[in-house]
Amino acid sequence: MADKKSLLRRVAARAVGHSLAFVARFITAVRADWRGIEPVAKQRVYFANHVSNADMPMIWTVLPGYMRRQTRPVAAEDYWLQNKLRAFVGPEVFNCVLVDRRPEARTEDPMEKILEALDEGSSLIIFPEGNRNMTDDPLLPFRAGLYNMGKARPHVDLVPTWIANLNEIMPKGEVVPLPLICTVTFGSPIHVEEAETKDAFLKRAADSLIALSSPERSRD
Amino acid sequence: MASQTTVDILLLSFGVFGILIALTLLGEFLRARLPIGQSNPVVEAFVVRVHSWWGLTIVLSLAVLSGQVGVILLFAFVSFAALREFLTFTNKRQADHLSLVLAFFAILPLQYIFVAFDWTALFTVLIPVYAFLLLPIVSALRGDTNQFLVRVAETQWGLMICVYCISHVPALLTYDMPDGSDRSILLIVFFAMVVQLGDLFEYYAGRTFGRRKIAPSLSPKTIAGVMGGVFAAAVVGAVLSWITPFGVLGAAAMAALASITGMFGSIVFAAIKRDKGVKDWSHLIPGQGGFLDQLDSVIFAAPVFYHVTHLVWG
Repeated sequence: MADKKSLLRRVAARAVGHSLAFVARFITAVRADWRGIEPVAKQRVYFANHVSNADMPMIWTVLPGYMRRQTRPVAAEDYWLQNKLRAFVGPEVFNCVLVDRRPEARTEDPMEKILEALDEGSSLIIFPEGNRNMTDDPLLPFRAGLYNMGKARPHVDLVPTWIANLNEIMPKGEVVPLPLICTVTFGSPIHVEEAETKDAFLKRAADSLIALSSPERSRD
Repeated sequence: MASQTTVDILLLSFGVFGILIALTLLGEFLRARLPIGQSNPVVEAFVVRVHSWWGLTIVLSLAVLSGQVGVILLFAFVSFAALREFLTFTNKRQADHLSLVLAFFAILPLQYIFVAFDWTALFTVLIPVYAFLLLPIVSALRGDTNQFLVRVAETQWGLMICVYCISHVPALLTYDMPDGSDRSILLIVFFAMVVQLGDLFEYYAGRTFGRRKIAPSLSPKTIAGVMGGVFAAAVVGAVLSWITPFGVLGAAAMAALASITGMFGSIVFAAIKRDKGVKDWSHLIPGQGGFLDQLDSVIFAAPVFYHVTHLVWG
């Protein structure tokens, strides 16, 4: 089905992607802090804190083009297929791996789709809290997905990715984003250790993410 | 007349380019003097700074050459970038979201519209009176009293510094030159050059001599260094007096006034940064930190320079 329309759609998707990245940069001057990894096109799972719908576009924006092309955000099918515009932006602009969040209604296992994407060589962006964090705690308890991925594909680097300030830039229920400076910090990769339990691993993963929330400042 | 102004702008730009070429060569010379395979962090920082100055000079030259609209848009963007850096580090809660959005997307553009149309009565009161009264009302109506006074005070301070003060630079455009010419745009060039060159002299030359620090706990500025910087600014001002209506002595005095206000301004900013625990406001200007790190002295000097120009030569 590589007809003319699909080429056109692909070009349109790239144009929309560049425009979104430009808007994100204009509003937040978003910057990557490569604290624990190098910006190279290696297969990774970026797991990030989730406070706003703008989280995923922020990570996507700071990834250089050669990394962005091989990175697919894992996102909720019910959100991205809600209308035609989202169905274009989610799957085509961001190249999302869409998973069904409703266990009772789904026909496919989300983990199968995720592992399939990993086996194709893609990097992934996931939000292991599952939902947007509306509490004053830095993180909600992690779901098991991150552990299952790390267990099933132990060679893939799991990279903690902290997004700072977005809860102030775009609090839930607000429409206009506030222009503040946003930083995306990438930490050192972690892996599921042999014989490590699910809970121990998830706690270690959450700690590695929270550790990135305090900036490396010489004095305070 | 217009073409004479353009010629003068180009002359000044090329003059600054000449200085920058000399500084670039100096940087490369310092690099070359080191043994192969070694680098000196001070030299590298200097080279990065010179590259940023190239960018700033080219942007300011293009804006000034494109005339009034270009200058106003440039400084409106600078205000936006500065306010973004400042408010990133202030106290705020979700209850302030609307008032902060208004600060960025209503107050800031309005201020520059008033400056562009020379509505002095409005642009001098919009932020100190109307934003001052309106934004706390908007925040209060959302009902969150946690640190309320700190939140609204810091927001107001950000607006005063990043929008009100910075807008006094393009406001120089509306100064009516005594000879009725359109050369008021050159006052901006004069102002920017004396403040920045005074700072530069203080930074690289002043700190090596002079030992008594002005504010030892927060700034490496020495009394002798600041005096030297202000003197250097006055000399630059006297040399550039031909683009101003001030006369040689007046231009030197105005340059010294702008420079010393600016230096104390940057001490105030050092105190704020120390209080907030930040080293640089952002990373947008390579080697210099953020817009606020680069502009702290300009911000303090601008309203004073604007008012004295109007009071003495108005």
